[in-house]
Amino acid sequence: MYFPSATLLAQAVLAGLFTGALYGLLGLGLSLSWGMLRQINLAHFALAFLGAYLTYQLSTYNAVDPLLTLLLIVPLFFVLGAALHWVLARFKVNPFNSMLVTFGVTVIIEALLQWIWTADFRKLESSYAEHKMKIGALYFPLPEMITLVLGVGIAVAVWFALKRTDLGKAMRAAAEDAPIAAAFGVNQKALALMLSGLNAALAGIAGVCLALTYTLAPSQIYTWIGVVFACVMLGGLGRPLGPLIAGCIIGVTEALTMAITAPAWAPLVSFSLLIVVLLARPGRA
Amino acid sequence: MRRSLILVLLAIAALAVVPWLRLPAFYEALLYIILHWIALATSWNLLSGYSGYFSFGHGAFFGIGMYTTTTLTVQANMPFMWTLPFAAAVAALFGVLLGAIAFRVRSVRAELFSLLTLAMAFVMATIILNTRIDGGPGVSMAAVAVPSFAPTASGTFYLMALAATAITMVAAIWVFYSRLGTGLFAIHDDEDVAEVMGVPTYRYKLVAFALSSALAGLGGGIHALFINYVTAGDTFTIALPLTVILMCVLGGSRHWAGPAVGATLITLLLYSFTGGDSAVIGKGVTGVVLIAVILFMPQGVLGQALKWFDARRAEKNETSAKAAAEAATARIAANPISSSPSSRTEVAAGEVLLKARGVVKQFKGVRALRGVDLDVRRGEILGLLGPNGSGKSTFINVASGHFAVTEGVIEFGGQRISDAPAHLIAHGGIARTYQIPRPFAHLTVLENVALPAMFGAASLDRKTAEDEAWQWLEFTGLTSRAHALPDALNLHQRKFLELARALAARPQILMLDEVLSGLTPSEIDEAVALIRRIRDQGATIVFVEHVMRAVMALCDRIVVFESGSVLAEGAPQDVMQRPEVVAAYLGDAKAASKNRPAGAAPAGEVAHAA
Repeated sequence: MYFPSATLLAQAVLAGLFTGALYGLLGLGLSLSWGMLRQINLAHFALAFLGAYLTYQLSTYNAVDPLLTLLLIVPLFFVLGAALHWVLARFKVNPFNSMLVTFGVTVIIEALLQWIWTADFRKLESSYAEHKMKIGALYFPLPEMITLVLGVGIAVAVWFALKRTDLGKAMRAAAEDAPIAAAFGVNQKALALMLSGLNAALAGIAGVCLALTYTLAPSQIYTWIGVVFACVMLGGLGRPLGPLIAGCIIGVTEALTMAITAPAWAPLVSFSLLIVVLLARPGRA
Repeated sequence: MRRSLILVLLAIAALAVVPWLRLPAFYEALLYIILHWIALATSWNLLSGYSGYFSFGHGAFFGIGMYTTTTLTVQANMPFMWTLPFAAAVAALFGVLLGAIAFRVRSVRAELFSLLTLAMAFVMATIILNTRIDGGPGVSMAAVAVPSFAPTASGTFYLMALAATAITMVAAIWVFYSRLGTGLFAIHDDEDVAEVMGVPTYRYKLVAFALSSALAGLGGGIHALFINYVTAGDTFTIALPLTVILMCVLGGSRHWAGPAVGATLITLLLYSFTGGDSAVIGKGVTGVVLIAVILFMPQGVLGQALKWFDARRAEKNETSAKAAAEAATARIAANPISSSPSSRTEVAAGEVLLKARGVVKQFKGVRALRGVDLDVRRGEILGLLGPNGSGKSTFINVASGHFAVTEGVIEFGGQRISDAPAHLIAHGGIARTYQIPRPFAHLTVLENVALPAMFGAASLDRKTAEDEAWQWLEFTGLTSRAHALPDALNLHQRKFLELARALAARPQILMLDEVLSGLTPSEIDEAVALIRRIRDQGATIVFVEHVMRAVMALCDRIVVFESGSVLAEGAPQDVMQRPEVVAAYLGDAKAASKNRPAGAAPAGEVAHAA
């Protein structure tokens, strides 16, 4: 263990915020579907990677700007998410089995990705990667900046929509007690389909950010599960700003751990934070 | 149990001759892989299938076993066979440590436990990769001597896997038929109710977790030598726990043999897809199978088959329930175990049995009980009355240990119970019913009633508990539904099932939470007669009720609650005529405006919390 310079530490904090924004973006859809639809959607990660690979494909071979792929990915994923919810609702799958079913979906998507793009690592070479702002001694790479802006912007927008709009209020009411909400004229089935579609679209957006900033391989789907779930739980289920804030806390702590000790120790951070939070919760009642 | 054990041990003994049949090594390796998965899946099922706490960290315990063996053989030169007990013990130790953290927190229910164990796998991988245990490149076992129990090396591995499978299956069968297994299945259906009925849920989960981890560690130790080159990357994958879960869900996780069926099917399925591109297809097919099984066959292959088999058997002997009830009654008559509850401890009537002083229960901002003083005397029927949300049900929840008190003391028979875990309170002799019946959904009516007899104040063994259960089923008129699942009962029968469960515990105090609500007038008459009969046997009854006719007919004494405090106490006729009680119930202009907001708020909160 050694103590790095102030610049290095500041850069580490910055890197942690960038990673945290992606954790938050990935966690947002997960948190909403767990907290409001009572579905633990493991397929969220696979959908994000599907989105990332689509971005990679369109941008590498069809010369589409990575951000423009959002125009295709958002509506497409909305439909996928709604379809998944339709199946889960049709068979009245309980929260626990929803985890197993969506795990099955994850394995199928992983096999699909591996079949089309092989198990090799792929990296999107976009023009964005060449742009790097430098303020003082600190670097601000453009792809990470895009992720941060999207992550914060979307979380705030979802928070505002749920808190202030009629649609958002109806969704929260349906999440609290669906039959009662239905009795008051809320079409909770349609809202649930919509929310599920929205969550999948969020996975798609996270996927585009993933393609911009990370190297892709089908097996990488699973490496995100642990830490993102930790963010979701730390942030509180169904709270739009929770995953972002928790993500940034975990991201910064991880980055500082990497800077001070060795990079390989980073996974310990999220787990330790998770245990601390679980222990701090009230025990009985 | 004995039949299952003999069956499995015979099968294992028959399979033990395989190495001397001189099969090609290839077949022995395939059989090894099948046995390896059977052992892993069965060990996982022992905690997760029985209790419903799905562990996604089974790979971590398997990996701990692997690395214990590599470390001890390669770095400490210990003979291979000696390392296996250590592999099991170290894995069990980690299981207990994680369990002690996870199970201590009441909010860690199934989903959170899954994710916590998932994270555990990543942490173990990180620690092992970054320390001398692995260090990065992996550990070779090439220099470790393979013991020779059979003509060939592959035969030896086969025998070791067979032995591990035998140990695991025997453990799974033993747990399945023991009190531990009964408790775990109750935890699966409704952990809070299981605890209130006397199941020591924390200890049971911890024991099952330790056993499950130890067996996974044993499998890991053997597998380390089989694959000969151990890497963290290949060991701590998410694929292992998921394959295991798939096997158990496919086979049927509510039976000890389910995982073995699932493991055999999946291993053969994956085996037929090995090599080149087809591995990817195999992965995809696995996903499709998992989804299809959960959507169309949630009980698994074996579960479905057993259900069909049971249905056919039930058709054949419809009269068996009646015969069993009569046989049980005859046995009890010959051997009178269930003397009336009070005769066991002969004490003068009127002595204070339960004493509450200054009991406060707070749910976040809402004070559902604000300093309740209350005595329950031996042999009486005490009615708790009051408007909705006045704290009657909360008092029962607190006294039975379902909720912890915020402040104050409750003593039962001179012992303080207000900080004791609910299962100890149940042992002490308090049983309660739930306002909305909460039967164990996957246990039959008979099993539902036998469980409190096994775990409550009486603590009977299974056989005696079932005899006892038959007796209470007859008492409540449920004999003909003994083998039905609670879902098949109507509300009236479900309320009586609640009553039968509470009675089967043979409590000193019986707490009835609105057993009459929702019943028709004739059903109420029937229930009132039943409660009279219970009292005639000498039980003490605390009785929350809104049906005034029943209250006036049954109660010796009543206590009226209002906004979480005791408003009045005394003989029914006297109390109900006091002006403040009339005001609380019927309301005058002033009382209505003053009381309703205060009374209404806790109602919502209590219902929500319960």
